[in-house]
Amino acid sequence: MVSLELSGVGARYGRTHIFADITTGPIKGGHLTAVIGPNAAGKSTLFKRIAGLLKGEGVVEVCGEDALSRPICYMPQDTGANAVLTVYESVLLAAKQGAGWRVADQDLAGIDEILHSLGITDLAFRDLGALSGGQRQLVAIAQALVRRPQVLLMDEPTSALDLFRQIEVLQYMRGLARKSGIAVLIALHDLNHAMRYCDHTMVVADGRLIANGPTTEVITASLLSDVYRVTARIETCTHGRPLVIVDGTA
Amino acid sequence: MAVLIQQQSVVEGGQRYRNLAARRILILCCLLAALALSVAIDIGLGPARYSLGEVLAAIFTPDAVSNQLRVVIWDIRMPIALMAVTVGACLSVAGAQMQTILANPLASPFTLGISAAAGFGAALGLVAGVAVFPAAVQYMVPINAFLMAMAASLFIYGVSTLRGVTVETIVLLGIALVFTFNALLSLLEYLASEQALAAVVFWTMGSLTKATWSKVAVTGAILVVVIPLFARNAWALTALRLGDEKASSFGVSVRRLRLETMMLVSLLAAIPVSFVGTIGFVGLVGPHIARMLVGEDQRFFLPGSAICGALLLSATSVVSKMLIPGAILPIGVITALVGVPFFFSLIFTNRRRAW
Repeated sequence: MVSLELSGVGARYGRTHIFADITTGPIKGGHLTAVIGPNAAGKSTLFKRIAGLLKGEGVVEVCGEDALSRPICYMPQDTGANAVLTVYESVLLAAKQGAGWRVADQDLAGIDEILHSLGITDLAFRDLGALSGGQRQLVAIAQALVRRPQVLLMDEPTSALDLFRQIEVLQYMRGLARKSGIAVLIALHDLNHAMRYCDHTMVVADGRLIANGPTTEVITASLLSDVYRVTARIETCTHGRPLVIVDGTA
Repeated sequence: MAVLIQQQSVVEGGQRYRNLAARRILILCCLLAALALSVAIDIGLGPARYSLGEVLAAIFTPDAVSNQLRVVIWDIRMPIALMAVTVGACLSVAGAQMQTILANPLASPFTLGISAAAGFGAALGLVAGVAVFPAAVQYMVPINAFLMAMAASLFIYGVSTLRGVTVETIVLLGIALVFTFNALLSLLEYLASEQALAAVVFWTMGSLTKATWSKVAVTGAILVVVIPLFARNAWALTALRLGDEKASSFGVSVRRLRLETMMLVSLLAAIPVSFVGTIGFVGLVGPHIARMLVGEDQRFFLPGSAICGALLLSATSVVSKMLIPGAILPIGVITALVGVPFFFSLIFTNRRRAW
């Protein structure tokens, strides 16, 4: 089981501090961790810092070792592409970075398996430019998974998906995390998705880690009021699941 | 997720990919064959009319033919034909990689001001007799052109190393360079004598007629050195087409790759232009033709761009000899006239989006 831990982590663009001194304790693999917060809270920057794409103070460790020695994969929010490549080629491209030109049968089998598991084999030989936003999101997930990450950082992976696909992707990612033991952090805006699919939640706002813990303990009416400036209730639906109901702005 | 699982066999995707790759290799082979044919025709054509047998004899048994035939084939036609190949390949690969790293379909040595800088450098020598590198006055024009082209390239390269400079800034800077050097060139032309003006106009039209074996060797050597360096980064360069952030997430050092590529592109663009003058169309369109035929996986796109550029310039060289029998028209003029109809036909017959 993978474990991710941040100690005193900060990041900045030039002289502007985006966030500082984020310490999380161990974030266990095997389940989904939601990263929530208002727009421009620094969620994407936090992911880039964890993935080593941004430098900054503090230590990021995976299983007690320096994170850079472990495969951490960041899946960016923007998945738009003008490249004249097929879906299959774009996934192969992700898998082969740093490798030689030769494509082995094993490489192709790995791609087939991932496209199959995401239900997008019918898109395999379509051009990236011909895909809808939602289809490109699924391809981006395939590109991330083919790199066999131990920590997967997904920046709003459901933002362009219809409701059915949103649920499908979150269920798939939860199943994958449980099966493989990898740590999956997902930036989400839909708090009900976080409630339903993520065991653990981190709240980032104003360049700080506001809360971090089990989702049902973290997402409370008072937190929503403080962080999102909305009046909300946490109710239990007829299936016994917690539900965020927003009444209005605070 | 099981709901969406397709009936398609898992093995089928891999096999289809293999077929796609095989089809692309076949396309490259066909392009190579067309290039060989074009070079052969280029060598066979010229103001002095020789039969096919005489030309073949001059190539394969040069000692058995007349001195005049040997000189025409070996010292005039073959350097021109091979110069078309190497210059076309250099410019097209330079354009392909500029378009890749700047994420702009209009990027090429011509549109980024490198050709305009070379033209100004040449005009400095032809009009004002100014040698940018005084130690080699006899090679003043090509050396001036090369140094100015390299200066423009290095300027763009230098700016691109600054933090916070976007690819859009670089493209705009290139366009500003085009206008600046064209204005300076016009000023020199305004001040030039009639004889010097004619020389400048001829140079800026581009010509292969001054090709020599040493120039062929230099441009060929640049290709031999640079293409393997690009090939080494094939996956990373392809990833750049998915955007900087995505490429970074794949582990590509985007900034370093962009700078390294820009440096190599500068060499690829500056040297041929200094030898043959301004040839604008190849560096822009060669990569687009390759992209339409073999896609943007650099393992196919890189050789595809080189062959398409070489074929385009070689075919142009043939046409420039055929349009007016006995005369060789400036290749820079003919390039667009040959290339544009072909490019249009590809655009309108190829439904695949090319950018």
